[in-house]
Amino acid sequence: MREHPSLARRLVRPALLPLLALLAGCERAVLNPAGDVALQQRNLIYASTGLMLLIIVPVLVLIVLFAWHYRKGNETATYDPHFDHSTSLELVIWSAPLLIIIALGALTWSSTHLLDPFRPLGRVSADKPIDPKAKPLQVQVVALDWKWLFIYPEQGIATVNELVLPVDRQVRFDITSTNMMNTFYAPTMAGMVYAMPGMQSTLHAVLNQPGTFKGMSANYSGAGFSDMRFGLHGVTPADFDAWVARTRAAGRPLATATYLKLEVPSEKVPVMRFASVSPDLFDRVVNRCVRPGTPCMRDVMAHDAAAGGGDPHATQAGAGMPGRHSAQPPGGAKPKGALFKDESEIAPAPNITKPRQPGAPGATKPASPENRNMSFLLPTVPGQTARTGRG
Amino acid sequence: MLSDSLLKTIFGRLSFESFPIHEPILLVTFIGVMVGGVGVVALITKFRLWGWLWRDWFTSVDHKKIGIMYMILGFIMLLRGFADALMMRTQQAIAFGGNPGYLPPHHYDQVFTAHGTIMIFFVAIPFVVGLINYVMPLQIGARDVAFPYLNNLSFWLTVAGAALVMVSLFVGEFSRAGWLNYVPVSNLQNSPDTGPDYYLWALQIAGVGTTLSAINMVTTIIKMRAPGMTMMKMPIFTWTALCSNVLAVAIFPILTAAFAMLMLDRYVGTDFFTNDLGGNAMMYWNLVWIWGHPEVYVLVLPTFGIFSEITSTFSGKRLFGYSSMVYATVVITILAFLVWLHHFFTMGSGASVNSFFGIATMVISIPTGAKIFNWLFTMYRGQIRFELPMMWVVAFLITFTVGGMTGVLLAVPPADFVLHNSLFLVAHFHNVIIGGVLFGLFAGVQYWFPKAFGFRLDPFWGKVNFWGWVIGYWVAWTPIYIVGLMGTTRRMNHFDDPTLQPWFVIAAIGAAIIAVGIAAFLIQIAVSIKNRDKLRVDGDPWDGRTLEWATTSPPPAYNFAFTPVVHELDAWYDMKDKKAQAPKDGFRAIHMPRNTGVGVIVSALALVLGFAMVWYIWWLAAISFAGLIAVSIGHTFNYDRDYYIPAEDVTRTERGLPAAAGA
Repeated sequence: MREHPSLARRLVRPALLPLLALLAGCERAVLNPAGDVALQQRNLIYASTGLMLLIIVPVLVLIVLFAWHYRKGNETATYDPHFDHSTSLELVIWSAPLLIIIALGALTWSSTHLLDPFRPLGRVSADKPIDPKAKPLQVQVVALDWKWLFIYPEQGIATVNELVLPVDRQVRFDITSTNMMNTFYAPTMAGMVYAMPGMQSTLHAVLNQPGTFKGMSANYSGAGFSDMRFGLHGVTPADFDAWVARTRAAGRPLATATYLKLEVPSEKVPVMRFASVSPDLFDRVVNRCVRPGTPCMRDVMAHDAAAGGGDPHATQAGAGMPGRHSAQPPGGAKPKGALFKDESEIAPAPNITKPRQPGAPGATKPASPENRNMSFLLPTVPGQTARTGRG
Repeated sequence: MLSDSLLKTIFGRLSFESFPIHEPILLVTFIGVMVGGVGVVALITKFRLWGWLWRDWFTSVDHKKIGIMYMILGFIMLLRGFADALMMRTQQAIAFGGNPGYLPPHHYDQVFTAHGTIMIFFVAIPFVVGLINYVMPLQIGARDVAFPYLNNLSFWLTVAGAALVMVSLFVGEFSRAGWLNYVPVSNLQNSPDTGPDYYLWALQIAGVGTTLSAINMVTTIIKMRAPGMTMMKMPIFTWTALCSNVLAVAIFPILTAAFAMLMLDRYVGTDFFTNDLGGNAMMYWNLVWIWGHPEVYVLVLPTFGIFSEITSTFSGKRLFGYSSMVYATVVITILAFLVWLHHFFTMGSGASVNSFFGIATMVISIPTGAKIFNWLFTMYRGQIRFELPMMWVVAFLITFTVGGMTGVLLAVPPADFVLHNSLFLVAHFHNVIIGGVLFGLFAGVQYWFPKAFGFRLDPFWGKVNFWGWVIGYWVAWTPIYIVGLMGTTRRMNHFDDPTLQPWFVIAAIGAAIIAVGIAAFLIQIAVSIKNRDKLRVDGDPWDGRTLEWATTSPPPAYNFAFTPVVHELDAWYDMKDKKAQAPKDGFRAIHMPRNTGVGVIVSALALVLGFAMVWYIWWLAAISFAGLIAVSIGHTFNYDRDYYIPAEDVTRTERGLPAAAGA
């Protein structure tokens, strides 16, 4: 497999030159990766592009050539109005794309399995195999509205909008979300994976170069989406340990109450570090039972499944369930369906282009950044007033 | 003073606050639309055109007039959707570093949602349906479509949906959840405002129209072809129209069901797509993309048909590899159902699932590639006349080939992991939709306009339109491809990295060039109407090959005085070849469907119903729904649905004489 991209690359380089020239000087993420997974993904982009150019370039040339040569004014061109079928030509025009697709399909099958985000890495970098005894570093990623929470379960620390990784060590990210769907994306390190509420996805990756890179949510998730970014710092293992120690010493704990405050929608959140974190926090986020007294999804499902195996008269879903149906979802009170609201419950729907944030200058000063914090429009959690995310 | 409770009973959640009177951009737009609207109404009233419009156009069941009305709707909505595009490009060209731009997120998010929704549902679909409506019955030698009243109803339901989207501009607001109204953003919990409701009702109403129209077209093609026109003698545009509408019949119910479930979530409090209580947003994503990917082919297959007709006509040759073209179309139709998961490889399906959908996607490029070769070899040994339609074909071939390549690249799952949700992806689908669908529609308009109106379009302004679009497309989207490769993602309101700015400025310039192209099209229409006597043509201005060129331009209401008999693939070319003469007498009375205003009334009621549901005005919703049902049932008792055009009138029309007085 390792030969695949390099072989194809050798063939392709000349064809890619114009494109590369265009991009010269652009020290950019996708085409200039700092992690081995992203590197292999980039090489795959080059290889597949090269493979396709084998047919695309001749087609483009032929289009221009035929269009020009067979123009009406050209006396030297043959005109044959009855040339509308040729079995051998048909064979070529179906089999040429077919052959390319067979090659590309094989490349796809193998690379998709090799670079499957669930699959532990086979190598740290092109010339460095993975140490089978070394455990990957675990990082649990929670997409909150609109910031990233990174939990390091082994180190017992957590950060917001800052991801620090030791270089050349495999990292296993477990990813979930509290409300919106986001994608966890650090273009220099590896491809993106969705962060979804109530579900856990996984990504294996490694960072090979020390340095500071950017990460973001790539999937639109509402008003604060554009600022949902995090800094990705690649450091040496020794620096990583020092950073962990510093974080442990200086920060405050991420208690449940703090987490619930953090969960409230907020934008442009600065970096935060937490010295300790409950080991089961991520699990409770996935099972949507961080708020004390909320039954965990896992238990509810186990209960449902058990009911199916017992008394046939008790098979209806939710029979005798713990108080899940009456419990409030984590994001706050579940809104009533519109048809069931009486008049007093129907809130007028003002046009929210009107800047109602207290103190926002609105139309008198349209460029003011204060106009842009729209998180106050989101439904409030009873008893929560912190809306700027500074806490 | 009315009590608060009574006000809410009457007006639901509608209040003075719902009008954006504090938003300068919307206010100016609103005043502009109002002034323009009042002007149009005043002109129509002054020239006493209301009766003519109502009798001859709005209530018409003639497929040709409905087709033209669809095209007008599509073009008006194109102006709206393109205005949104210009706003986005401007925002992204200035919002760098600390500069927040001029559109705050909640406004910007509505703009990109509206842009996508309008461009697909109210521009591309009406354009495609309109062309099929106009051309297909003529191509198969039919009198009209199978269900003429249904056709009228379909059109007006689409108008009602479009109108509801336009209303959202000035009353309340539109969805901020992306063009497919993604959950969880559009859940009641996250978007309690009117936006997603406007989206859902507009698309449900328009969706009924599209579904009915597709059923109508499939039936027409299956049942109403001229004698002798076997399936393999059908013009290629009709073939693509058939496949496109079969796809539409299959997929639109899925979209309707997905939207209905989201409506239940929002109105009744069910938990299909909520985050808790067993709901799951992933299911919505799957459902909308099971609709969404085949929808791409619903739009692009008919334009493939247009390109085929034009290439063959202007190369002066039969289409190369007609049967392989037909098989390619059918294969694409079937494969279209097997690829939807490639829209979310990154959701965490296993490697084997991702590989399957990735490879299935690539397989589609085989028949598509074969089609490109077929067009290529149609040009080969031809005598190509580079009139405007043919210029669009060449621009399409080059642009679309590049778009196809980037599409296959995105179908490789590990490559998609870094390119998904990036601007590379956005550039790819604009590449295929502008380069494939839109270029095709412009080609089709230039090609069939003389048929519909009896005069050609002005070639000079047509060329300005052409170059504006082609150059504008490449200037606008090449930089977007490049920043996508740099890892820039989509739907961003502002960027941190100021070094990206030059690319977005170039893209904005490209959008401005496209604006010149669009303006040139309007000028082209105006200039051509002014010079129509100089541009006048007979029935067959391009030396056409298919049956629509056998009748006059514009065709009479009944299309063909005698149903043509087909012996060969290019039926009209065959008739010209054999020097067949059009009959000059022996005409008989022609049985025709009668116009009806029921479609307009039903759609108006549907519009009121949608508006009332969006604003929780339950009494109005109940009344309009009851009215809708009553009118629909009442219409079934209307037995006065047809009339005969007397033989004398047909004779006069066919001999080019003015119609008899009083007719």
